[in-house]
Amino acid sequence: MLHIKDLHASVEGKDILKGVDIDVNAGEVHAIMGPNGSGKSTLASVIAGKEEFELQKGEINFEGEDITELDPEERAHKGLFLSFQYPIEIPGVTVTNFIKTAINETRKAKGLDDMPASEMLKKIKEKADMLEIDRKFLSRSLNEGFSGGEKKRNEIFQLAMMEPKLAILDETDSGLDIDALKVVANGVNKLKSKDNAVIVITHYQRLLDYIIPDYVHVLMGGKIVKSGGKELAHELEERGYDWIKEELV
Amino acid sequence: MAKFTEDDLKKELETKEYEYGFYTDIESDTFPVGLNEDIVRAISKKKEEPEWMTEWRLESFRYWKEMIEPEWANVHYEKPDFQNISYYSAPNKKPKYDSLDEVDPELLETFNKLGISLDEQKKLAGVAVDIVMDSVSVTTTFKDTLAKKGIIFCSISEAIKEHPELVKKYIGSVVPQKDNFYAALNSAVFSDGSFCYIPKGVRCPMELSTYFRINQAGTGQFERTLVIADEDSYVSYLEGCTAPMRDENQLHAAVVELVALDGAEIKYSTVQNWFPGSKDGKGGVFNFVTKRGLCEKNAKISWTQVETGSAVTWKYPSCILKGDNSIGEFYSIAVTNNFQQADTGTKMIHLGKNTKSTIISKGISAGKSQNSYRGLVQINSRAENARNFSQCDSLLMGNECGAHTFPYIEAKNKTAQVEHEATTSKIGEDQIFYCNQRGIDTEKAIALIVNGFSKEVLNKLPMEFAVEAQKLLEISLEGSVG
Repeated sequence: MLHIKDLHASVEGKDILKGVDIDVNAGEVHAIMGPNGSGKSTLASVIAGKEEFELQKGEINFEGEDITELDPEERAHKGLFLSFQYPIEIPGVTVTNFIKTAINETRKAKGLDDMPASEMLKKIKEKADMLEIDRKFLSRSLNEGFSGGEKKRNEIFQLAMMEPKLAILDETDSGLDIDALKVVANGVNKLKSKDNAVIVITHYQRLLDYIIPDYVHVLMGGKIVKSGGKELAHELEERGYDWIKEELV
Repeated sequence: MAKFTEDDLKKELETKEYEYGFYTDIESDTFPVGLNEDIVRAISKKKEEPEWMTEWRLESFRYWKEMIEPEWANVHYEKPDFQNISYYSAPNKKPKYDSLDEVDPELLETFNKLGISLDEQKKLAGVAVDIVMDSVSVTTTFKDTLAKKGIIFCSISEAIKEHPELVKKYIGSVVPQKDNFYAALNSAVFSDGSFCYIPKGVRCPMELSTYFRINQAGTGQFERTLVIADEDSYVSYLEGCTAPMRDENQLHAAVVELVALDGAEIKYSTVQNWFPGSKDGKGGVFNFVTKRGLCEKNAKISWTQVETGSAVTWKYPSCILKGDNSIGEFYSIAVTNNFQQADTGTKMIHLGKNTKSTIISKGISAGKSQNSYRGLVQINSRAENARNFSQCDSLLMGNECGAHTFPYIEAKNKTAQVEHEATTSKIGEDQIFYCNQRGIDTEKAIALIVNGFSKEVLNKLPMEFAVEAQKLLEISLEGSVG
């Protein structure tokens, strides 16, 4: 589904990614872990197409197509979703209006008509219930005045509504208490199928107790320095990252 | 990787052409340029006005001659040469139409381009349209329905002839002839406009709507509107305008007077889209408007405006809260782009006891434009327990535009409560990227953000107008994304 090869990217002249290789297939869950400043969020942004990052070298292939020249919205239309570490506020635009616009713009790009209102409402109700989201929450302005936990839950709600092929969860666990974490993880697990894939970017192993990864990658200094199964996450939790650094030396 | 920077955004905004820029070629009966007492008399004669009206115009002209153009607004422009303007222009063919078939086909074509053909308008439930095409009302619809309720809705020229007692009593009662330079000029030469009277206790069953257009090269447009809501009556009045693309500057100096008698309510909504000038700041309409309403006891006046057009705007719809317990409201969205300049706001004059006013102003600036809010809240010494709440929010796009807020507060009564809040924000690349990532392209993202920003005001507009206003906001701020 996603094939990244020798990816180099910089921001404001500073090299952040220095040769990243990842292959994600349908039905898989990958975790990308690493210390602060290792380039985890940059990788997510570059895949999503954020313009301030300059792609110097390498390939990003999604669903059999080179997407490096595509605009962020075109990547989204192909089924790429990024759950933001720091979701953005849009005052005056309700959660419902925003997701309705997102879904209908995506449908438009595929040559489909707007989703009928009744279907939209049914879907919103179903997904909100799944994520234990209060209906009142849906008529609030997007992320404005939301707590950290509400923002993350809202990201997963949008994920549930958009039903992408590939979801990248960037530090979704930060700001969540344990109950909210379970709800969010449970939601992600319910959405998982053999046809889609998830990349979980996280600093801690905590979220991975609930969203069990098939593969764990360690990103350090702009490169994947180690990959393994889910047990690698436990090892990182116990021993930190220093031993990997030593191994590399 | 495809990049979309703020510079690209700015470029897009600059290349946006005026979408309603076209010009209808209808033969006009136009006066020679220049202004003197003879011209004023000629206008009055042309309109077959009674002697008192001619005298009123002449009196106004004499005041105007002694006045100078105001310069305190935060706008810069080349002053119009008032002797180089033709002060009267009327469409030549003006039979009384029995049906649309009799209307000049070119005129109908114009309405079709605007998407407001009479055909459509007639079908639009509950909307009566009095169209002012170059100064003279061409046609009025729904008149009969209104007449049954005793409501008078006609051109001001007709009202001067048919209802002189009302016009004589109220014209100039809210905006005196010598109120300001442009009001005096308007009083002397006003071409036409609308008149509306709602009798005691009557609730006007439909939104009254007027479309104004400036349509003759080099002719200033001087509209005069007078709305009188008698005791315990209610009316919602819509005023909307689009203008053809033009190279030379056009002067528009309207006067709107609202009178809300005891217990009456007037809701006055405006969507203004005069030609804003080219992207290099050439041409465009000068919009110097005096709008004011007078509230008697327990009356309420609510101004809602969406301003997207004009090269230079100078406009402060105001409320004089004369009666006890009266309420004044001002909800405004002002969009400026390219080289547009807007200095707009309101005046809330609290004279009566327990008077309340609310001001919500949203300014959106893009390109190299300058957008100023200027508002006065004045609490008179007799105005016990007066309340005001003001909120002024500015949204900036790019680094070359300006947003300014000039709030003036004069409280002469200790029991007054006046609150003022102001915010300034910028559409960020992060907001746009967030929308992009959800499949929403940049053009749509800007529309979404701007609509969200403006929502409190858009919500105040009547439904059919809100849709049009939303569309206008999008047109004003978007280019076609390549």
